[in-house]
Amino acid sequence: MTDDKPPQPSPPERDLGEFGNRLRRAQEENSPPQGPPGNGASVNASGLGAAFRIATELVAALIVGGGIGILLDRRLGTRPWLLLVFLVLGMASGILSAVREAKRMGAGS
Amino acid sequence: MEHEAAAHAEHSPLAQFEIDRWIPIHVFGIDASFTNAAFFMVLSVLLVTWFMMAATKGQSLVPGRLQALAEAGYGLIAGALRDNVGPEGKKYFPFVFSLFMFVLFANFIGLIPFTFTVTSHIIVTFALAFFIFIGVTLIGLWRHKLHFFSLFLPHGVPIFLAPLLVPIEIIGYLTRPVSLSVRLAANMLAGHTMLEVFAGFVVALGIFGFAPFLFVIAIYGLEVIVAFLQAYVFAVLTCLYLSDALNLHKH
Repeated sequence: MTDDKPPQPSPPERDLGEFGNRLRRAQEENSPPQGPPGNGASVNASGLGAAFRIATELVAALIVGGGIGILLDRRLGTRPWLLLVFLVLGMASGILSAVREAKRMGAGS
Repeated sequence: MEHEAAAHAEHSPLAQFEIDRWIPIHVFGIDASFTNAAFFMVLSVLLVTWFMMAATKGQSLVPGRLQALAEAGYGLIAGALRDNVGPEGKKYFPFVFSLFMFVLFANFIGLIPFTFTVTSHIIVTFALAFFIFIGVTLIGLWRHKLHFFSLFLPHGVPIFLAPLLVPIEIIGYLTRPVSLSVRLAANMLAGHTMLEVFAGFVVALGIFGFAPFLFVIAIYGLEVIVAFLQAYVFAVLTCLYLSDALNLHKH
């Protein structure tokens, strides 16, 4: 990522520890301006991606809730009731995870 | 008539997602044919292997082009693991990195015309997500034993709300593999379908086709970003789930 360190034309200096120290120093000098936005923000940078992430979260929670409701209904013979209950729970869970995701994004930036 | 229908189907924007059985194999009534999907999965695994071997062959202190690319990928995933999981996450680096590289290469291969996008099929992404889900759950159970289930009761919640909140949290936990797989597959499916639809407009509009053609170029650029971003999101979310299992909400 940050390999634009000054060229070091010193072939006799083959000591790896020494080289590592110099590399670290060079990276530390370079990283504050470009480091933080390069890593964590590359996901947040795309608003489209973030919107899509939250939207799928909502839909997927609804699908899972409905699926659990249908399966339990079939097992217990309580036709419509558990489906309704778990659809509502699925909706709640989707909104909860969407809010959490949004909070995490706000904390990250 | 039937022939005409078949010819028509070939030009459907969805025809690119069709699975062809290249080498039919049937084992005890189970269809285990070697399909185009299987071929492109094998191809991405081989390409990732070749890429990493070629990139790490030289191992020079000042990296060349290929090595710099591999190191950037390493830095990306190692950084995501460090930020999301903490120092404990280092142990799981090989898993997350192979996952990331596989999805990334499958996405990029799919962008080459006349190839097959493995990750546009939800069964492929769901299989990946399901094994992540099982693995992460097992890691959490093994690490925290029964204390792992405190994940389903958020900290500082009054106890009378538990009967309502625990099912919601459990549904939220079960949703993870679904949302993880749906997100990747839907992104790939939507992008490739859109590309093909607009490419169809280019031919249909004749001389005025240059407008959708420009649009196709723009969408293609967007798709390159999406292909990378979705692979990264897949890896980052795996890190997050891993972090939940290892640290139990203590961020």
